[in-house]
Amino acid sequence: MDENVKKRISELVEKNQVCLFMKGTPEVPQCGFSMAVSNVLKVLAVDFTGINVLEDLEIRDGIKAYSDWPTIPQLYVKSEFIGGCDIIKEMFESGELQKKLKEKDIKYKTN
Amino acid sequence: MSLKLDEIKNLIKESMPDAEISIKDLAGDENHYSATIKSKLFSGKSKIEQHKLVYKALKGKMGNELHALALNTMEI
Repeated sequence: MDENVKKRISELVEKNQVCLFMKGTPEVPQCGFSMAVSNVLKVLAVDFTGINVLEDLEIRDGIKAYSDWPTIPQLYVKSEFIGGCDIIKEMFESGELQKKLKEKDIKYKTN
Repeated sequence: MSLKLDEIKNLIKESMPDAEISIKDLAGDENHYSATIKSKLFSGKSKIEQHKLVYKALKGKMGNELHALALNTMEI
């Protein structure tokens, strides 16, 4: 992939501890799957940054190559790719996501 | 753009012959599916790796011809 795009994405996931690449914004998601992940993070009261890929074609295509993952949304926590919509929902329901956030020292609401 | 249910099933079967696959067309539009896939090939792999195996089987169609495929993968 293009080195500049790769660098831009690296900077985004490094700068934002919890970084969600999504269609639309956390306030106005443009796709049900992006909304689902955004809602999980809201329920857990996690402080996260939404990157709207619809506003940036370079990032929209780039993130797919960067993560080797063909779909949006994609969640990164401290530069680690955690998963897409199905995985995040599953991890949330099983408590694995909360465990992961704790491991990574990210604040979230516990009940 | 769309992809037929049987086409998805066949693509997965091709690279994961032991897979038990159940797919639903969620909206009846050949574009939003949900699939449960069980295979020995998933054993010892993380969820991310398991889903990547399925995406690989779909040969780049995921996110292109195929808009949405909710995945539930299990090892057997």
